[in-house]
Amino acid sequence: MVKGELIAQVAEELNLTRKEATMIVNTVFSSIIESLSKSQKVELRGFGSFRIKQRRARQGRNPRTGDPVKVPSKKIPFFKPGKDLKVVG
Amino acid sequence: MTKQDIVNNVAKEINQKPKDAKPLVEEVFNCLKSNLESGINIEISGFGKFIIRKKNKRLGRNPMTGDKAEITARKVVTFKPSKLLRDSIND
Repeated sequence: MVKGELIAQVAEELNLTRKEATMIVNTVFSSIIESLSKSQKVELRGFGSFRIKQRRARQGRNPRTGDPVKVPSKKIPFFKPGKDLKVVG
Repeated sequence: MTKQDIVNNVAKEINQKPKDAKPLVEEVFNCLKSNLESGINIEISGFGKFIIRKKNKRLGRNPMTGDKAEITARKVVTFKPSKLLRDSIND
């Protein structure tokens, strides 16, 4: 399922226009991105939580040439599914 | 940030009271949840993908008692952030 299909489903469930559903869905995801950009975690009851993990800088290698390269430290977003989010089967 | 902050953002965006925006936001997460729970992967461009992964059964240990215990086969939801999301976090 892609974002357009999610929007269509939300619009149908709530009897909204596609335009309204698009605004809602886009705002939901942009809010999460905005919070994570500030390294703040996002907790969504019943769904899961997003948080940022900090990766230290490390010495890596160019896999093609074998030359050592510096890999800078970076932040990675992580998602942890909530207790209620269970896939059946 | 919690769901309430998202509700407030949505309310502002669509010019409604947070009270009225709340069920709309809930519905977005309900849709995500019900699709994932029935095994459908979700791809949100600019955000990331939620992918169902199958885990085989394996032997683990009860950390409290040290007893061997089988961890049953299961399906879990994983998240792969899009490049856009990874980049916006590191700016």
